[in-house]
Amino acid sequence: MRGIAKSMARTFAVFLRKPVTRDYPTYHKPIPERDRAFPLLLWDEDIHEPFCTGCHACERACPVECMTVLMKDNPNHKNLDGTSSRRKIIDKFWIDYARCMRCNICVEVCNFDAIAMNNTWEGHEISVYDRQDLVMDLPQLLSQSRTGNINEWVPVLGQTNETMSETDAEVSN
Amino acid sequence: MVEVLSQTSDQSAEFETQDLLLNVGPQHPSTHGVFRMVMTVDGEVVRDVIPYIGYLHRGAEKLCETMDFRQGIGFMDRTEYLAAFNAELSYVMAVEALADLEVPERAQWIRMILCELNRLSSHFMFLGAFGVDTGVFGTPFIYAWREREALIDLFEEVSGDRMMYAYFRPGGVAWDVPVNFVDRVREVLISATQGINDFDSLLSENEIFLARTQGVGSISATRAIALGMSGPSLRASGVDMDIRRDEPYLKYDQIDWDVITGEHGDVFDRYYCRVLEMRESIKIVKQCLEHLAPGPILPEKLPRMLRTPPGEVYLRTEAPRGEYGVYMVSKGGNRPYRCKVRSSCLSNLQALQELTIGEYVADAIVILGSIDIVLSEVDR
Ligand code: SF4
Ligand code: SF4
Repeated sequence: MRGIAKSMARTFAVFLRKPVTRDYPTYHKPIPERDRAFPLLLWDEDIHEPFCTGCHACERACPVECMTVLMKDNPNHKNLDGTSSRRKIIDKFWIDYARCMRCNICVEVCNFDAIAMNNTWEGHEISVYDRQDLVMDLPQLLSQSRTGNINEWVPVLGQTNETMSETDAEVSN
Repeated sequence: MVEVLSQTSDQSAEFETQDLLLNVGPQHPSTHGVFRMVMTVDGEVVRDVIPYIGYLHRGAEKLCETMDFRQGIGFMDRTEYLAAFNAELSYVMAVEALADLEVPERAQWIRMILCELNRLSSHFMFLGAFGVDTGVFGTPFIYAWREREALIDLFEEVSGDRMMYAYFRPGGVAWDVPVNFVDRVREVLISATQGINDFDSLLSENEIFLARTQGVGSISATRAIALGMSGPSLRASGVDMDIRRDEPYLKYDQIDWDVITGEHGDVFDRYYCRVLEMRESIKIVKQCLEHLAPGPILPEKLPRMLRTPPGEVYLRTEAPRGEYGVYMVSKGGNRPYRCKVRSSCLSNLQALQELTIGEYVADAIVILGSIDIVLSEVDR
């Protein structure tokens, strides 16, 4: 009997503790900066075009082959009296979110910091009725960055907190 | 007298009993995933049990042969989704052994902390699910999720994902832990200690729970070894074997902790070994935090695409459920020629027949729960 009484007492004690649950749809828990939902493309605010040059590096490195990349000559290039220094730019881009396994490899291999993992709730709350709707095209991939609705975290492999704060200091200097 | 005797024997001959074939699973809440057992039951007693596995087979080993070493990490996560750090660890350590990579100190301590915390979260999951198996629905399960949530939040802050971390890399870890990592771990350890105390007072002395678990499904040390069991399920039978101590990897030789062994090898011992092991894990993490010093986390000269010389290696680590080994053959190049996972759950599952035959049907579920299988690891 003692054991049962003890477990009852414990249940009661826990009952009096502060609850840890939250009302999910009304309250969104703040999610950490490093959170990884699905990859999306970033938008260069200064010259109003994507950072992505369509270099295929991410497409080749993706373990599940869920990306399709097509590049084109940049009509906005300097040689053509444009403002951009990107000779080539992304033409069409698809990512099949249904196949993506959120491994972060595409972010690591991109030399242009053009792709990032979505670290907002929008990235997690994707529900569709048709699987085809999970194949995201270029406008969809860019829309969140275009509206400035993301504070992306683009990690550099092997960077430590010390080197990170050093580069930050350099930037502020 | 003679007449009466013959009468009774005649009567029993009239009552012809028939064994019943009872199918449990593959979709059954008590089989912890897609696992099917076909039991032959005689009344309430199990006479035979045939396990069927393979419903969750995704060919992770074969897929690894087509992936380079970095891409394979993601698939290793998915072989063992409750303790993905431990699964990754075996894989990256095998790659490191092949490529002869030196892992920086800090990365080793980070790996150790995360693996032990992952052991905690996995054992919490076991305690909760095991509570449900023994019929204590609700309370322990929700307690377990509460504690596991705190741990998983921490993993998310470190790696970015809640279950499929993809955080370890051949040579170290992908990026550094957050600045407030040490404080966060201390916080989580406090809540985890409280969670273990909750379980201890909720189940470990509860007479009903003891009646359900003590003396049920016991296995001797010799049979457990013969069947290839490992991890807490083996130590519960009194075998003093832990890879962390016997073949220290990472920095386990610099840490002071005890290997927990049971006595009877019954369901209760398997449960209680895990509870005590969690306390040891907390002890290990606390010591690791003191050793954590700033420094590099990946070797300086790491090629963009890792290539290994030809060779083969078998590397095993102590995952929460037992020995998780990776046997890797390389013929040179950037991908393994063969990558075989030695799954702790598959080996532990071999004991199911021996444990279950002769027990009651209701106990069969408790026994299956007590060896703590993760079907994704069994089937890979
Ligand atoms: S996202 Fe980066 S790696 Fe991928 S195509 Fe664009 S520039 Fe290349
Ligand atoms: S996160 Fe991984 S699986 Fe998803 S698109 Fe990027 S490389 Fe492919």
